[in-house]
Amino acid sequence: MSHDAPDGSGGEGAVQYCTFKVDHLLIGIEVWRVQEVIRHQPMTYVPLAPREVRGLINLRGQIVTAIDVRLWLGLDRLDAATPSMNAVIRLADEVVSLLVDEAGEVVEPSPETYEPVPSTTPRQIRNLCSGTYKLEDSLLLVLETESVSRIALEHGGASGLAGARRAS
Amino acid sequence: MNDDAMNEIVQEFLVETGENLDQLDQDLVALESDPHSRELLGSIFRTIHTVKGTTGFLGFGRLESLSHAAESLLSELRDGRLELTRARTDALLEVVDEIRALLEAIEQTGEEGDRDLTGLVATLERLQQPDAPATSVETAEIPAPAPAPEDVDSPPAAVPAAEAPAPPATEPGAPKPGVPAPARAEPAPPAAHGPAPKPARTSPTSPTPASEAAEPGEVAHADSHRSAGESSVRVDVDLLDSMMAQVGELVLARNQVSAHVDLLDNQALHQTVQRLSMIVSELQEGVMKTRMQPVEQLWSKLPRVIRDLAAQFAKSVALEMEGGETELDRSLLEAVKDPLTHLVRNAIDHAIELPADRVAAGKPETGTLALRAYHEGGQVVLEVTDDGAGIDPERIGAKALERDLVTAAQLESMSEREIVDLIFRPGFSTASVVTNVSGRGVGMDVVRTNVERIGGTVDLTSTPGMGTTFRIKIPLTLAIIPALLVGCREQRYAIPQANLLEMVQLRTSDGHSDIEQIGGALVYRLRGKLLPLVRLDETLGYTPLAGGEETEAVSIVVLQADGLLLGVVVDDVFGTEEIVVKPLGQHVKQVPLFAGATILGDGSVALILDVIGLASTAKVEEVTAGLGLVGDGADETARVGERSTFVLLRVGRERRIAVPLKAVSRLEEAPLDAVEQAGTGRVMQYRGDLLPLVALASILPGLDGDADDAGEEGEEARSVPVVVYSDGERHLGLVASEILDIVDGIFEVRSVGASPGILGSTVVHGHVTDVLDVRAAYKLSTKETGRVA
Repeated sequence: MSHDAPDGSGGEGAVQYCTFKVDHLLIGIEVWRVQEVIRHQPMTYVPLAPREVRGLINLRGQIVTAIDVRLWLGLDRLDAATPSMNAVIRLADEVVSLLVDEAGEVVEPSPETYEPVPSTTPRQIRNLCSGTYKLEDSLLLVLETESVSRIALEHGGASGLAGARRAS
Repeated sequence: MNDDAMNEIVQEFLVETGENLDQLDQDLVALESDPHSRELLGSIFRTIHTVKGTTGFLGFGRLESLSHAAESLLSELRDGRLELTRARTDALLEVVDEIRALLEAIEQTGEEGDRDLTGLVATLERLQQPDAPATSVETAEIPAPAPAPEDVDSPPAAVPAAEAPAPPATEPGAPKPGVPAPARAEPAPPAAHGPAPKPARTSPTSPTPASEAAEPGEVAHADSHRSAGESSVRVDVDLLDSMMAQVGELVLARNQVSAHVDLLDNQALHQTVQRLSMIVSELQEGVMKTRMQPVEQLWSKLPRVIRDLAAQFAKSVALEMEGGETELDRSLLEAVKDPLTHLVRNAIDHAIELPADRVAAGKPETGTLALRAYHEGGQVVLEVTDDGAGIDPERIGAKALERDLVTAAQLESMSEREIVDLIFRPGFSTASVVTNVSGRGVGMDVVRTNVERIGGTVDLTSTPGMGTTFRIKIPLTLAIIPALLVGCREQRYAIPQANLLEMVQLRTSDGHSDIEQIGGALVYRLRGKLLPLVRLDETLGYTPLAGGEETEAVSIVVLQADGLLLGVVVDDVFGTEEIVVKPLGQHVKQVPLFAGATILGDGSVALILDVIGLASTAKVEEVTAGLGLVGDGADETARVGERSTFVLLRVGRERRIAVPLKAVSRLEEAPLDAVEQAGTGRVMQYRGDLLPLVALASILPGLDGDADDAGEEGEEARSVPVVVYSDGERHLGLVASEILDIVDGIFEVRSVGASPGILGSTVVHGHVTDVLDVRAAYKLSTKETGRVA
């Protein structure tokens, strides 16, 4: 994992991150993971899917799951009037869209400024982000893309339950 | 020659030889039943000969020496100097296996490896010795086979030269291995065994080896085949797959363009798009055709499998194949390969009895395994039928109990069909002895899962003592499927047309009487039969619309999956559209109700409903619906046309009523003095309890006039016949005028005459007979007696 690289001291391990605003948080995703950032797209709602799944979008013929990062991070939904952006990121074997408030610039924080996320932060945030860079004017939370897949697996049980509950 | 060119030749050799070997397996097994077929022998000889020639050229000495030894034996057989014995067939089949193993080694390592072939080569040489009694004349003349041994490294020209003078058949082939030019080696294989005019890729195996040219080795034939071979091209399967994917995308793009153009008023554009649309459709069809392969391709390996298995289990099995030319998308063909092989193995291992047992049962000693393929309603049906012992529901039930798959109470309430269906449950295996072929309890469930994964279904019909038929139904292709678009709460969903039976539109005014509730479950009387209904909005987790009532019309989409009929109530029905199934991402694919998603003409994404998921959801509801009436209704629907047993009753003067025997728990002759009045109804004492009695004549329509007669008739007699019907703890006695008979057979129940309490009519013993819908009659009777339920 590239954000582990800063454990050493050299500046060689510096990684570029795309930054996104989600509520008051600044989230960073490794640049190479980010396929594109597009404006709000019409979505098809998926009944019975986990709450965070906001719908499916048609990305030039590819069907992409749109996930509301706010719900993952334990935040409230963006109010309906404000359209969110789609940060389309590449996972191991698929492409997903993370719904974010705004896209920011690309940063290359110095590895020395890296620290693990303090244990006092809410569990939801620690589930998704393991580390943070102390930027000059804010903290950049590094999103672990692996956890995006992991959460899908954890939700597998949950949505199965939802199905069973519905069925009974 | 550089390495790349060499590699290419080796690759081509591997592919071609692989195909030739499959043909060999088939031919050899076919040869066993027709040992004197010159065509078959010629074909086999040529195939081995080609292998020998090519391997010699490519420098695979071990392969060459093995095929050489086999060729020598074959040449003796072909020329009639030796008889084909079982030992010889075995040895030749072993050669095929060894060649296959060598090829595998070459494919993986580029080398032949160091498999020990000396034993097999020696066996082949020993088998070239003439059979002692039969062929004494030839032995004297032909000492030729004797010098064959130990010529492992000798030039292959030696032996072909020796046999060249024998039949004209060898002439075209014989000189080639001696002078192996690559150009020769390449076109040779299709020429050698390709009687079909089509290229090897689309029909690599001939279904009937007997159709082979009568004069196998004629030069003219070889030439004509070669030209056929030149008109075809070998295409990498991955390339075909990616082409198919792209054509799928093209179809979607076309649909979108059409949708947009419809909004514009531009005549020229409309025409252009129409033409584009046509071309796309033709292209789609064309690409789909390139992926079609005949089912016999799938079957080609089975004669060998069956022969080996039959030998292993000391059973005698004849194989029949029918409809091998039926074509199927290659990815589907690949997907049903394992399930089909499993069914065949099962049939030989479990179903077909030992010869002695068969004779004892009055059947021919040789069992028959029939494979059938045919088209039916846009699907391909693959059948595996055996004439073995059949499946005994009682044994299945006992086994299922033993394995804790069902409880005794569940078993009690199951129909025979449901019980037999238990063999598809995970962990079920009836083999008393676990064999290395089947019977490890992984099998039938995997068969069903695999088939359902590609949108197919498996079911079976079995008659104990007579045999079993497994029926696999699969769609023609998966890539692009026609689907019905339905609406639910502002969104559209796609339902694969393969699952669609019909659509029913009800106006609320006249429709409401037809949708009824049983313990919270909705059912609809579709032509007199109960169809379980599922509300799509509810199933998808929406809360019912305010007011709870439907709008002015209700749309029901009647679907079938897994042998179950199901009506889905949807908000809207749109048209059909060709859709390309796309997988769902990992965050949503756990939802069991969706099989995938697709992009519609307007560019929006629509979810594809998984009918099996819907059906299983519906089933859960049936079970929890308390009385389980819906399930049985559907079951009875499915049973129409199957073998069934009825109790035949006379009601009134001449009305004949048939009651399904499985609905009857007892037949009683109730002494009249035991029938007493209780409240408003009549009861009799029955097993320490009170059994409410209902005269069938009084609850069935059209019998009112007869009711009194029945009563009078009953008064005259000393007793009345009572059919006791039980539902759990509740019992009900149906009073008839006379119990006529119990009949067993296949009765086609027609919906003519269907009415409340009557499923339909059928003909028994030449009389029109109404089939009682026991559940409905029960319901009617509860109205009648007012206290039963």
